[in-house]
Formats: sequence, C-alpha cells, structure tokens
Amino acid sequence: MSTASIVYDIIGRFTMHSLPFYDMVQNPTKENLINGSIAGFAACVAVGGLVIVVAGITYLKKWRWLWSEWLTSTDHKKIGIMYVVIAFVMMGRAIIEAILMRAQQAWGLDGGFLSPNHFGQLFSTHGTIMIFFMAMPFLIGVINYVMPLQIGARDVSFPVLNSISLMLTAAGAILIMASLVFGQFSTGGWFGYPPYTEAHFLPGVGPDYWIWALSLSGLGSTLTGINFAVTIFKERAPGMKLFYMPLFTWAALCTSIMMIFAMPPLTVATAQLALDRYLGFHYFTNELGGDMMHFVNLFWIFGHPEVYILIIPAFGIYSEVFSTYSGKALFGYASMVLAIMCIAILSFTVWVHHFFTMGQGPSINAVYGIASMLIGIPTGVKIYDWMWTMFRGRVRITAPMIYAIGFIVLFVLGGMSGIVLANPSVDFQVHNTDFLVAHFHNVIIPGVLFGLIAGYHFWFPKVFGYRLDERWGIFAACCWTLGFMLAFFPLYALGIMGLPRRTVAYAQPAYVPLEMAAFGGALLIGVALLSLLIQLVVSYLHRDENRVPVGDPWDGRSLEWACAAPPPEYNFPVIPMVSDRDAFTAAKAFGTAYLPPAEYVDITLPKNAAMGPVIGALGFAIAFGLVWHIWWLVCLATLGAFATMIVRGFARDTTKTIPAAEVEAEYEQWLEVVRAATPVTRADETRPVNQGLADQTALGAAS
Amino acid sequence: MSQEVFHYPGLNLGKAHPRTHAIAQTTIFGFWVFLMSDAILFGLVFSSYVTSVHATAGAPGPKQLFDITSVFAETLLLLASSFTFGMASLSMKYSHSKRRLVGWLVLTLVLGAGFLGLETHDFLTMVAKGGAPEHSGFLSAFWDLVPLHGLHVTGGSIWLICLLGQIKRYGLDTRTKLDIMRLALFWHFLDIVWIAIFTVVYLAGLA
Amino acid sequence: MSERTDQIGDRPAGLELQRREFYSYVSGVVLALILTLVPFGLVHFGHAPVTTVYWVIGCLAFVQMIVHFRFFLHIGFRQKREDLQLILFSAVLLIIMIGGTVWIMGSLAGRMMLPLQP
Ligand code: HEM
Ligand SMILES: [Cu+2]
Repeated sequence: MSTASIVYDIIGRFTMHSLPFYDMVQNPTKENLINGSIAGFAACVAVGGLVIVVAGITYLKKWRWLWSEWLTSTDHKKIGIMYVVIAFVMMGRAIIEAILMRAQQAWGLDGGFLSPNHFGQLFSTHGTIMIFFMAMPFLIGVINYVMPLQIGARDVSFPVLNSISLMLTAAGAILIMASLVFGQFSTGGWFGYPPYTEAHFLPGVGPDYWIWALSLSGLGSTLTGINFAVTIFKERAPGMKLFYMPLFTWAALCTSIMMIFAMPPLTVATAQLALDRYLGFHYFTNELGGDMMHFVNLFWIFGHPEVYILIIPAFGIYSEVFSTYSGKALFGYASMVLAIMCIAILSFTVWVHHFFTMGQGPSINAVYGIASMLIGIPTGVKIYDWMWTMFRGRVRITAPMIYAIGFIVLFVLGGMSGIVLANPSVDFQVHNTDFLVAHFHNVIIPGVLFGLIAGYHFWFPKVFGYRLDERWGIFAACCWTLGFMLAFFPLYALGIMGLPRRTVAYAQPAYVPLEMAAFGGALLIGVALLSLLIQLVVSYLHRDENRVPVGDPWDGRSLEWACAAPPPEYNFPVIPMVSDRDAFTAAKAFGTAYLPPAEYVDITLPKNAAMGPVIGALGFAIAFGLVWHIWWLVCLATLGAFATMIVRGFARDTTKTIPAAEVEAEYEQWLEVVRAATPVTRADETRPVNQGLADQTALGAAS
Repeated sequence: MSQEVFHYPGLNLGKAHPRTHAIAQTTIFGFWVFLMSDAILFGLVFSSYVTSVHATAGAPGPKQLFDITSVFAETLLLLASSFTFGMASLSMKYSHSKRRLVGWLVLTLVLGAGFLGLETHDFLTMVAKGGAPEHSGFLSAFWDLVPLHGLHVTGGSIWLICLLGQIKRYGLDTRTKLDIMRLALFWHFLDIVWIAIFTVVYLAGLA
Repeated sequence: MSERTDQIGDRPAGLELQRREFYSYVSGVVLALILTLVPFGLVHFGHAPVTTVYWVIGCLAFVQMIVHFRFFLHIGFRQKREDLQLILFSAVLLIIMIGGTVWIMGSLAGRMMLPLQP
C-alpha cells in the first residue's frame, strides 16, 4: 500500500490545493492574487470568527451554560432564537457576497476583478445561503417563537424533534461556512443544474458541498413542517377554533403543510444527483439514457412551493403588523385565510414557469402559465385587505409599518413583473436575464425579507423584554427600501437590454451606468444591514430604559402579548380559554386580562436533550466525510447516528415538573409588576414610559 | 357502543389503554403526516421510474432482468408479515401476556428478513445479468426505487429489533406501545408501496 | 408508568370489538391475496393485449391499496376529519406531481424523440 493511498484513506481527497491561499502562492498572477486574497480573507474571517467565539466562551467560562441553557434546550422559544441567530449570521455573509458581485459587474466592462470561477461560487453561495440558510431559518425561528404562544400552547408537539431540526439546519450552515476554508463551493448556482454539476464537468467538492448542505437543511425543514402542522392541529388552547387563529398562525400552518409536501422533491433530486456523482448512476448525465431535464422538473416541483414557503409567513407577519399598528381588527379575516389557502394549493400547480424554454409542448406552457397568473388573484385580495385594514385606523408609522408599507408598494410591482414573466412568450425573451433577477429580488426582498425584519422589530420586545431603538430602526428601514429600489430597478432595464444573469463580464458600454447605480444600491443595503447591527447594540446598551416587563408594548391583539416579556419557560401558568378572534384584545376589553387563575397546577415540560446537538454534529460529520470522500468518518458517524437514535428509544425519564407553588410565585410577582406599571397610550408607545401595559381607556382602543 | 370513532389512523387502542390512547392522538397523527411526506418521496421516485422505463440505452431491460416467481414470493412474504403485524397489534390491545405479542413480532421480523433475503438475491442476479445501475437511465431509476423500499423495510426491521429490546427492558409501557403502533403503520404503509412496485415495476415490465 | 391493560367495562362489547377487528385483518389478507393472485396470473399465464393488461393490473392495484388502507390501517369515513383530509390532500398532491411529471416529461420526450414511447 502506497503512502498516497494511506493518506487518501485518512483525509480523502483533501490536498494543499484545497486551501484558498495555495494557488495564489504557487502561481502569483494578478488574477490569482486578487481572487486568492478575497477568498483567503473570507476564510480568515470565518476561522477568526470561530476562534473568537470559542475563545470568548472559554474565557467567560460559558460552555456549560451554552450547553445546558441553549444547545440542549427543547424550549421552542430558545430554539426560535437560535434559528434567527443563524439567519442573521448567514445574511451577513450573503449580503457581503452580493455587494462583491455587484462591484464586479459594475466594473465588469471587458473584465472586472473576479475570475469567472470565483464569481460563480459567489452567486451559488449567495443564492443557496439566502434561500436555505437565511430565509428558511429566519421564518422557522419566528414561527417557532411566536406560533405556540399565539395558540396558547406550552410548546410544540415534539420538542426534541424541534431541537434536532435546528441542529440539522445548523450543520448545513456550518458545512457551507466550511466551504470557505476547505475547498471551493459549487459554481452551479442555487439550483445546481446537471449535467454541469455532474462529476464529468465538476469533479471537485463544490457540488457535493451544495448537495449535502441542502440535504441537511431539507431534512430539518421537513421535520419542522411536520412538527408545526401537528402542533397547530393538536395543541390549540381550548376554544380556539381554526377560524379563531391569528393570521400568523394560519400562515404558519400553510407554510408547514407546504414544507411537508414540497421538500421530498428536493430530496429526490439531490439524492439522485448524488447517486450520479458518487455511484455512477445515469439519471441526469448526457449519455446512457440519462436526462437532465428530470432534474429541472423535480427541482422546481420543490422550488416553486419553496418561494411560497418563504412568502406566506411574511404575509402572516404583515397581517399582524397592519392590524396592530392600525389599532383595528384585520379587515376581511376569512378572505385572508381563504387567500393563503388558495395560494398554498395553487403554488403546487405552477412549477413549469421556471422552465418554459425547456422544450415541452405549448399546451403545457399555456396551462402552467395561466395557473401562474391565477395566483395574482388571491394575492391581490390580500393586498386590498391590508389596505382596508389601515383605512380609518389610527395608523402609527413605526419601523415595522415602514417595512409593511414599503412592502405593499414594492411587492405589487414585483408581483406584476411576475405576471409578465408568467406569459410564456414573454418569458422566452427575458428568461435567464437580469429581468428575472430583478423580479425575484423584487418579491423576495420587499416581500420576505422586509416581513421578517418587521417581525423581528415587532416581537423583539416580547423575546428579550426591551424595545429596539426606534430611530435606528426607521433609518434602517428607509435604507432598505431606497437601497432595494436603487439596486434592483436598474436590473429590469438591464435584463430587457439583454444582460444574461450570472454574467461575470460584458462588452456593452451601455450597461455601465445602470450597473453603477445598482452597485450604489447594494452599498446602501450594506448600510441598512449595518444600521440593524448598530440598532441592536444601541438598544442593548439602553435596555434598562426600554424595558417592557408587562409584555404588551404595542397594544397587541393575540395571545402572545398576554404573558410577560420575556415569557416564562412554560408560557402560560394556566392554559387560556379562547372564545373569539383577537383573544387578547377581547380579554383587555372585558377586563379579564392580567387576572390570577382560579387555581395553579403543576406543569410538565420536556427535559433538555442532548439528542439534537449530537445528531447535528453527526450529520455534519457524515456530510463533511461524504464531501471529501473520507469514508471512515462517514461510516463511524452513521453508526453513531443510529446508535444515538436507538439509545434515545430506551430513554424514559424525559420530562420534568414545575411545581404549582413556583408557578404561582412567579406569576404573582409578574402581576405585581403589572399593577405597578402605568398604562400608556399609543402616542407614548416608543417612549421609555412604555412598560408594556396598554391604556384601554383611550378612544377606539377596543374597536 | 358498536360504532367506535377512530381517533387516529390505524388500530385504535380505545378504552383498553386510556392513557396511551390519549397521547396517541398527537403522536400517531404526527407519524402519519411523516408517512404522507414519505409517500410523496416514493411518488416522485415512481414518476422518475415511469418516465425512464424506455431509457435502456442498449442495456438489458425488464424482460431480461425480472423474475416473476421470486417477486411473487416476496409479495406473499410481505403480505403475510403485514397480517402478522396486525395480529401483533391485536394481541397488544387485548392480550394480557407479552408472550403472544412478542411471538407475532418475531414472526413478522422473520418474514421481513425473508423478504429482504429474497430481494437481495434478486438484486445480485440482476447484476450478474448485466443489470447494474451504471448501465442505463432505466437501471438507475430501478435501483433508486426498489432498493429505496428495501431500505425502508430494513429500517423497519431494525426498529422492530429495538422494540423487542424495549419490551424486554421496560415491558409494555406507554412509550413502547406508541412505538409499536407507529411501526405498525410504517409496516402496513410499506406494504402499500410494494403493491405499487410489483404492479408498476415488475408486472407492467413483464407484461 | 404502567397502566392496567385491560379495563374494558362491558365485556361483551369489548369482545365483539375484538372479534370485528380480528376479522378485519383476516378479510383484508384474503382480499389482498386474491387481488395479488389475479394480476400475477394474468401476466404470467395470460395472453391478453398489453394495454388491457396495464389497465387491469392498474385497477387491481388501486383496489388492493384501498383494501390495505381499509382493513390494515382502518381508514374509513369514521376517521377524525383532519386525518381523512390529510390523506386526501396528499393524494391530490401526488396526482398533481406525478401526473404533471409524466405529462411534461412525456411531451418533452416526444418532441425530442427520446425513447420514452416504446
Ligand atoms: C440584500 C441585497 C441583495 C443583493 C444586493 C443581491 C444581489 C444579487 C446578485 C448580484 C445576484 C447575482 C445575479 C446574477 O446572476 O447576475 C443575486 C442572485 C441571487 N439572489 Fe440575491 N441579492 C440580495 C438579496 C437576496 C435575498 C434576500 C435573497 C433570497 C432570500 C436572494 C436570493 C438570490 C438568489 C436565489 C439568486 C440566484 C443565484 C443563482 O443565480 O443561482 N438575494 N443576488
Ligand atoms: Cu415559481
């Protein structure tokens, strides 16, 4: 046995070339120097970030705390927070990559500074991260935190499963981060079409990183979907009929159902691609009966529902934001619910619009094109409902409202460009141009991202007990809106002028001014992101002035506002009874909010479980081993995963009990705070006097 | 009470085991949702198969590779194991003795193993006849679909072994009962998938 | 954490239920056996035209699936609403996805003269 084969057995196909600096040092051309420095710098940031975090935790002696309070926690609230943290970290990376791409294109006339390969990695990681490791964790995190509170539950139905899902997602995110340091990511874009991503064309580790990161996150999302759907069906507080649920919970339900049914096609597509790459199958290859169009078809059976998985929770958030900050019940509740259900179902019937140009018959294109346009109808209903919600309300222009109003205007534009694209004959002209890039960013940024950030503002005081700084919030919101418009409106024009998407360089001087404008917009978005960071720091420093211990800073309408901020581990001392929509508004109007329950009982909660982090770590090890062909690692980790599950099957003592006396003490203490707090009117809600108790005597408060 | 309402899919424990019955509503519903997600997975692999049947690219096709007698035997084994699992569920619900339950479960396991053994034998014969997955699009699709079901059955069998261990360790406590109920659903579900496989893959291929 | 396994108040009713549930499995297995034997026999011994065989075995498989759902999984119309809805919803999505795939890929294969049609 040669040394080389022994080394291969141990570290797989890892070589010095896999390190980002190596080519630059070996072969210092100008191009290699620039690309190597950027990649190397990114790798240093990743490694440095890790080192700082690890050292910091060690220095502060916080490992035990991290393990027992967070990583092994089965509390849906903590899991939700961890999801959102992942989302923000990944968002930071993906936005930096986006700015880099915009810079490359701005100077891309006859060249630019990035190599095509590097540019290809950038749009692939940007797209993959934004969809799977920014938007998905963000929305899952928000749902995790808010939905059980809104339905008056103690937790989700399967808390340990929830922790496993989180850790699988985290493992996927770490895998993508690892690709900064070890080897290179795929250049196949976020949808990784074969045959380009087959071993024949991309024999390296890139597509494998992509495949296994998606598999980890896809598995996590499927399990999350199951968990949420069951929770909403089975754990609602007594009296809460389906049609009493807040709209955000409805949105969570539709999204979960879509996750359950839309993730399998992705699993099939990536698994088959993996079989092609690893075992020489011929699904999507060019020869021996393979057919890459199968992949396209499968991917988009998942892909289209996926974009609605992203937008529907945002719709739910906007519904809460509009009605709360307008001081009115949501207009057209039933039509809203019906509309999301229609959207959810229709979204499974339109996937062909992503590949009208593939070569199937015109009648197919016609059917799927018309189905796509139909989605405009329920969406339009929702837009009108939101506007009617504001109509004659006492609208307060807070940061979430700026996002929401920006959303209405911009999302309608983005949606209309979508209806344009749904017409196959138009799509043939602008397919795969920057027009498309403009379209999907136009729905995804003002739609999904604005919604999630609005939700972050809206629920932050509930989660951490103090309000976010309003001034920085408004500034960030304005930067987001303006930056978005500047960055993406030019792309519509560029697309019509014929600039293909994923172009690294071009020869047409007419593109330059528009590209420059778009770059300016991207910078403004960078400023927006930075403002969010500053806002967080500022708010943290001023947290004592902005505390809202009573827990209802915005005169909220649904049950999550009925408990303390931050809520106790068990959410509610006794499960509330619900007899109407807007349960908390009703309670405040009838004076039944903030009353002690007739009787306290012991509360049973799930214990912490190491299952989640262990499975997450093993999942990462399996994926990493598969990427690098380190087979011993794959075998060991797989065995470990099985063993963990089997051992868990034998676990019995999995719950803990919080005695009634403790619940009572904690609740009474909070009621004391409530009695001491001064109610504030809406005029004062962003001032320090707001302790989270809403004045119910003010005009129109109960309407 | 002659008309029992079914609170969850599968055999309902009902008044015989009130505590488990109550928890089962959520657990079984959750598992059922998972099964439906799995059904979509199988459905798509089926659609891959159906659209690749003719992509044999010169390699052997169904007529050269499949053996109807062995598939028939596999079908009977799986059907029998579904029945024995049904008997196991019934003895869990009604019988006092663990012995009978364990007996039925072991029988199910033996039948499942028999199925897997025969199937492995089939696969090896196929490879010997030039039917390995790397020879054509059709064979790739076959090797994704049928072994996927086989892997599910293997998973189910391992789960069954673990359950026998749990029964030995803890007796029939709530947790074990819930697991048996879920595995029963899984097992019957896999038998349904097999109906589709023997029809679409084997019978239609040989017709 | 154990619970009394046998708490059926009125024994006759309990016994009746037990008998019914037992026969459910037995009739399931008998029906399934018939529904298996017929298509296998048809393919192995029959000389019917291929299209006819496809239709017959397809229909029999569908019926056998329903038999399994009914007698082994005890799915019926006495189900809780959300369970039944879930199954029907999944069935609809399966039809949309499989039907769509076969339609799209079939059309594509025809137009590109791929060997989808025999
Ligand atoms: C925040 C500001 C953002 C900027 C400046 C930005 C910029 C870009 C750029 C320059 C590209 C490459 C376009 C091309 O192919 O020519 C791109 C692609 C993409 N972006 Fe963004 N983006 C932003 C946010 C987002 C968000 C929030 C999402 C989703 C949640 C997203 C998802 C995608 C996807 C899926 C692609 C396609 C990647 C591919 O071609 O495979 N982006 N973006
Ligand atoms: Cu779409």
